[in-house]
Amino acid sequence: MTMKYTAKDFKSNQQVRWCPGCGDHAVLAAIQRAMPQVSENLGIDKEKFVVVSGIGCSSRLPYYMDTFGFHSIHGRATAISTGLKVARPDLSVWQACGDGDALAIGGNHFIHAIRRNVVINIILFNNQIYGLTKGQYSPTSKFGAVTKTSPYGTVENPFTPGMLVLGARGTFFARGIDVDIKTNQEIFETAALHKGASVCEMLTNCVIFNDGAHSAITAKEVRAERTIILRHGEKMLFGAENEKGLVLEGGRIKAVTVGQDGYTIDDVLVHDAHTQDTYMHNMLIDMKAPELPVALGVIRDVEDTTYDENVEQQFQEVKAGAKVHNVDELLHSGSTWEVR
Amino acid sequence: MTHQVIDAKDVVIRFAGDSGDGMQLTGTLFADASALYGNEISTFPDYPAEIRAPQGTVSGVSGFQVHVGREGVNTPGDFCDVLVAMNPAALKANAKWAKPTATIIVDIDSFDADGMEKAGFTTDNPFTELKVEDRNIICAPISTLTKESLKDSGLDPKSILRSKNMFTLGMCFFMFNRPLEYTYAYLEKKFGKKKPQLVEPNKKVLFDGYNYAANIQAIANTYTIAPADLPKGTYRNINGNQATAWGLIAAAEKSGLQLFCGSYPITPATGILEELALHKNLNVKTMQAEDEIAGICTAIGAAYGGALAVTTTSGPGLSLKSEAMGLAVITELPLVIVDVQRSGPSTGIPTKTEQTDLMQALYGRNGECPVCIVAAHSPSDCFNAAFNAAKLAVEHMMPVILMTEGFLGNGSEPWKIPSMKDYPEIVPPFAVASEEKFKPFERDPRTFVRKWAVPGKAGLEHRVGGLEKNPAGVISSDPENHAYMVEQRARKIAAVADFIPELEVMGEESGELLIVGWGGTYGHLYTAAKELQAEGRSVSLAHFDYINPLPKNTAEVFGRFKKILVCELNSGQFANYLRGCLPQFKYDQYNKVQGQPFIVKEIVDAASKML
Repeated sequence: MTMKYTAKDFKSNQQVRWCPGCGDHAVLAAIQRAMPQVSENLGIDKEKFVVVSGIGCSSRLPYYMDTFGFHSIHGRATAISTGLKVARPDLSVWQACGDGDALAIGGNHFIHAIRRNVVINIILFNNQIYGLTKGQYSPTSKFGAVTKTSPYGTVENPFTPGMLVLGARGTFFARGIDVDIKTNQEIFETAALHKGASVCEMLTNCVIFNDGAHSAITAKEVRAERTIILRHGEKMLFGAENEKGLVLEGGRIKAVTVGQDGYTIDDVLVHDAHTQDTYMHNMLIDMKAPELPVALGVIRDVEDTTYDENVEQQFQEVKAGAKVHNVDELLHSGSTWEVR
Repeated sequence: MTHQVIDAKDVVIRFAGDSGDGMQLTGTLFADASALYGNEISTFPDYPAEIRAPQGTVSGVSGFQVHVGREGVNTPGDFCDVLVAMNPAALKANAKWAKPTATIIVDIDSFDADGMEKAGFTTDNPFTELKVEDRNIICAPISTLTKESLKDSGLDPKSILRSKNMFTLGMCFFMFNRPLEYTYAYLEKKFGKKKPQLVEPNKKVLFDGYNYAANIQAIANTYTIAPADLPKGTYRNINGNQATAWGLIAAAEKSGLQLFCGSYPITPATGILEELALHKNLNVKTMQAEDEIAGICTAIGAAYGGALAVTTTSGPGLSLKSEAMGLAVITELPLVIVDVQRSGPSTGIPTKTEQTDLMQALYGRNGECPVCIVAAHSPSDCFNAAFNAAKLAVEHMMPVILMTEGFLGNGSEPWKIPSMKDYPEIVPPFAVASEEKFKPFERDPRTFVRKWAVPGKAGLEHRVGGLEKNPAGVISSDPENHAYMVEQRARKIAAVADFIPELEVMGEESGELLIVGWGGTYGHLYTAAKELQAEGRSVSLAHFDYINPLPKNTAEVFGRFKKILVCELNSGQFANYLRGCLPQFKYDQYNKVQGQPFIVKEIVDAASKML
């Protein structure tokens, strides 16, 4: 069966103005490639897609999508998406936001949208820097990062966005690296099918102000060793030849080589993205290279009731039992008296 | 002592007690009973910010003033005919409001050494110390009598003592010849299902209070206040916050849009969100957001999605919403922002009323960012003001700030229930897809209003946002385009003047002095102007319901008077605004910034000085 749309249908006529080499280009491409399938899976047409953003380099994204779009103000995209989705549950709401945007100035909206489990898809562009203001540290910059506002290195620890998502009772978390368009396309398609708030962290490279921030794991020569792509129901294998695997030992995750030190393929963990229990997800999200590979793909994707559903259900229940059906009846409800 | 029954035109009663004494309820029940009896009423709750301030202290005194009458009840009244003080602190805080002829009823049981000390009395006679010893003072052992009345009720001592407000209410019902039936019905409804054991004791103590007042002979005069000569119709009591919520719901019905309210709790505006949350059955969605900014941003998101979007707040919350208001201005989305003003700056005196947010509403945003401003002038007028604000927001694709005040939000008055068939339709300017690419900022040449393209309509895909755009909706930092767009947005607001009523003059169309006001001071200014007119003075009143833009005939009205006196509960914000808009006139000012409404007398005095 051919799909109604192609990626091209989601490209606007606006010239893309990110710097050459910016990781955002690849993420945009993955989004545009995912949308036809998303449209097909959800059974909705292009005019039902809305892309909302905050402020920052990545927040220019709505202009490059030929959909309804709203480029808002710094940090507030999540609140705007929430209101839009609550008012219009029929829409597919996508949000582009950065690490400073969503996790610093907009941190409050971010955690509360996740806690409420509003059905929105949050694409978090994490380049660990403020790019549009030209190079100040963000809440995800590594401890000691030297930036324009931390000339002697930062003295504060960064967030691990996925941990924040779990702490806020998140039901969906995925992680991808900017250039891996194929995996990211998969991530977005899965996120769209998830009932609830989805957070897709994109590790993006800022060529100008934070070049190579993720290269310790994303560089071609090390990527296979230092990352692992998780898929629900599949063995947690990684390495150039998929020769390595993750096992659980003493309650902790350990990276081993299959066939060495007595480890067999049976010892390797199978990824369960659908378990409610956060224990494994917590450890998977928190894996750091080089000791362990950084987890990519859909790490958590669990069912829970959504804010949209609960609102709608309450709406219907109250309507069914309502004694007042219009404003005239409302005005006459309760104590009234006649003046003759 | 001979008992006289006085036929009074109007009386003012002030109930005061500890914040846990139930004075708000007592006052409300008295007001409701009077309204049902057919009187005009106006109420003024005056309560502390603390839910339970230190017991027995002056800071913890909660008051509720109610003005009932046959005619001319436009304010809650300045000074009271009857003051009920449930403890020494309540007497101390409120004695200044007792008229020279007033009756003061106190619960003498609470006037022990401890109570007197907590209230800060330094002598053992509170009445002479407060110089009210010549009033008609009734020292009733209300606590003791309540205990006696309910000793066989089976209630615990704490619950018994809590009923003493009903005893007091009973006394007042005797003094003012109010029927008890309404309150009986209220008690049955309130407790009947959940706490049936409280119904009979409360009724009994109310009845006993009534009989006690009848028997003691200390009450020389009782009053009858004949029903008001009101236009025929069905009436109800309504407070400003409820009226605001209902006006918004009415606008949703007339526009066919879903009402969405994103708000964060804040005194004294919370009542609007609470009221809206009740009415899901009328296509109302409410969200209690995580903060004020999320309140307005969820509303903006909903507006983009095609809802009639609202956010409600008070001064400090309006400050937090400033940036997002700018977003609503530049994206030209319909949005109603309700500001129930309170005393500031910062947290100020959060439960007290003021009109000190006007400059913030007019100018408190970055950039050239004009916003339409509507003000409500009485508790029930909040209904029309909210309806009109929503109609303007939707039809003109812009945020509108509706200014009310704590005095209006919490105050109540009888309201002749209108019929929705008398209200106009609200027509959203929805875009229709055509062959041509949709241009989001293309405008109607007369109103400068753009079209509303709601997601879900094929062919209308477009982007809006906080960055300056050209009329086609493409980002533009072109200098001429920016100047053009700034001008277009301003002209759109100015063009609203063609859609709002002209300024009306109460009194002679021209003369010596024009009193000018806006918002919740209307009742006081109206009463003051009427009093001066009755004395034959050449005084008229022009009260503004629309602040930005001003009514078209404003300059023409001002020009017909020799002097203009702008009265407001701030340091002169409207006066300064008028100086900017219409500099050809001289504006005198009367201002008060005490967290309290005007009293009529001070307006009369200020106006008299100018005549």
